[in-house]
Amino acid sequence: MAEKVIISVNGKPVHVTSDTVVAAALTQAGLLRFRGSIHGESRGPLCGMGVCFECRVTINGRPHCRSCLTLCEPGMEVRTDAS
Amino acid sequence: MFSKNVSPSSSHQVDVLVIGAGPAGIAAACVAAEAGKNVAVLDSSPWLGGQIWRGEQAHPTQAAAQQWIWRLKKSGAQLFASATAFAAPTPRCMLAETPTSVLAITWQKLIFATGARELFIPFPGWTLPGVLGPGGLHAMAKSGWPVTGQRVVVAGTGPLLLAVTAGLQQHGARVCLVAEQTSTAKLIRFGLGLWRHPGKLAQGVGVKARILGVPYRCDCWPVKAEGADRLQRVTLTRGADTWTVDCDYLVCGFHLVPNVELPLLLGCALDQGVVRVNEFQETTVTDVYCAGEPTGIGGADCALVEGRIAGLAAAGLTKQARALMSQRASWHRFRAALNKAFALRPDLRRLATPDTVVCRCEDVPRQEMESFDNWRAAKLHTRCGMGACQGRTCGAAAQFLFGWDNNSVRPPAFPVRMGALIGAETTWNPHAISTASKP
Repeated sequence: MAEKVIISVNGKPVHVTSDTVVAAALTQAGLLRFRGSIHGESRGPLCGMGVCFECRVTINGRPHCRSCLTLCEPGMEVRTDAS
Repeated sequence: MFSKNVSPSSSHQVDVLVIGAGPAGIAAACVAAEAGKNVAVLDSSPWLGGQIWRGEQAHPTQAAAQQWIWRLKKSGAQLFASATAFAAPTPRCMLAETPTSVLAITWQKLIFATGARELFIPFPGWTLPGVLGPGGLHAMAKSGWPVTGQRVVVAGTGPLLLAVTAGLQQHGARVCLVAEQTSTAKLIRFGLGLWRHPGKLAQGVGVKARILGVPYRCDCWPVKAEGADRLQRVTLTRGADTWTVDCDYLVCGFHLVPNVELPLLLGCALDQGVVRVNEFQETTVTDVYCAGEPTGIGGADCALVEGRIAGLAAAGLTKQARALMSQRASWHRFRAALNKAFALRPDLRRLATPDTVVCRCEDVPRQEMESFDNWRAAKLHTRCGMGACQGRTCGAAAQFLFGWDNNSVRPPAFPVRMGALIGAETTWNPHAISTASKP
């Protein structure tokens, strides 16, 4: 059912299945800090359901994407710490 | 998964528009579509089922979820995935942003089934990566978040904590402790009252049996989370005892907050924080209905019956809707018992110290907010609630901490791309629509 896909996280390839959300892929790749707060504190996902925006990352060049609501797609380029 | 075949900036006209594809929205859409109405359902996530039934399509565990999702797919209702409703530029038009386009949907009847989010109460260290909502981590574990072998402390309040514990264990997590803030006496009273709802009782006993061996403590809550750049340990309190537990995750949620922003945007009146509805689930705005958690936190079964009533009423089948009202009354009794049993103790208001961040988006600490006497003043002076989440997290926290009401919503109700706003103008512009519809 779920296919194997490769996405890029901060330039490094990460192998996941297509039913994986981007937030989960980042954690599979060992990341728990997704962004820095306006005072530079480390932040990661909180609500997991698209409300808090703490998991926002840049996907394919588009900033502020909610990684908890975005499924991984082949070739997706994800960057953390954009904001 | 729903279909994603949406051309950029498309316009749609429907009899019934349902916002939210959790139990209430699915039930409403099913019955309205089965009654022959042209129905569209929007949801901001890529899957069906909302939060409570998330992952049920890929990995079925609940029969009811399977049946309703299957019924919806057969109903003929049009489904729009990853579509976040954000504005209502004219009284009967809703705009939604998808990853690639803007949808403008004009409707005859609108049903809000926007669900709820978890209540996060600030305490020192709650902003560390590794501190999440219980439902949040559970939902993401279903979508590939690695929890196998991870040590998790589950804290907060409500029956959700048990369900999440069982769910996380199923995904291989090691739950060290469940810390429930309510008292043992209240919990026992709630348990004894469940004979009126045998299904819930069986569900509760079943879940409890699955998590045997995990310490479950009432009158217990976290006071501090610590770690270097990510969570490493949690300090908990219970009575006179305070102790520290090493762990990889702390999931902490203090029951649920109804998502009422979109109903407010349409001008629907609230009663004590929930959307006011009549016996047919119709709000104070004509032809606008609301079902499920936004009308009061009652769980999936309550949401299903409210959704059916709203869908039937919106389709004009008031007799059939009326037939479900006694069932709804029973779930409303459950809802009242639930909210009484898991009411929050005032001690939790003192967890945040003066320098604890309350607004995570703008890093505003408690002491800065506290010097004002209402949400609006605090917002204007400290920027709390003005970040990406638009106060959904800190607004609810401030309501609990300081008793501030936060009922003002402005479009866009969710942050959207500038391009979506510009695209939206051409999409909902009546002239643009009539031009587009010419053969």
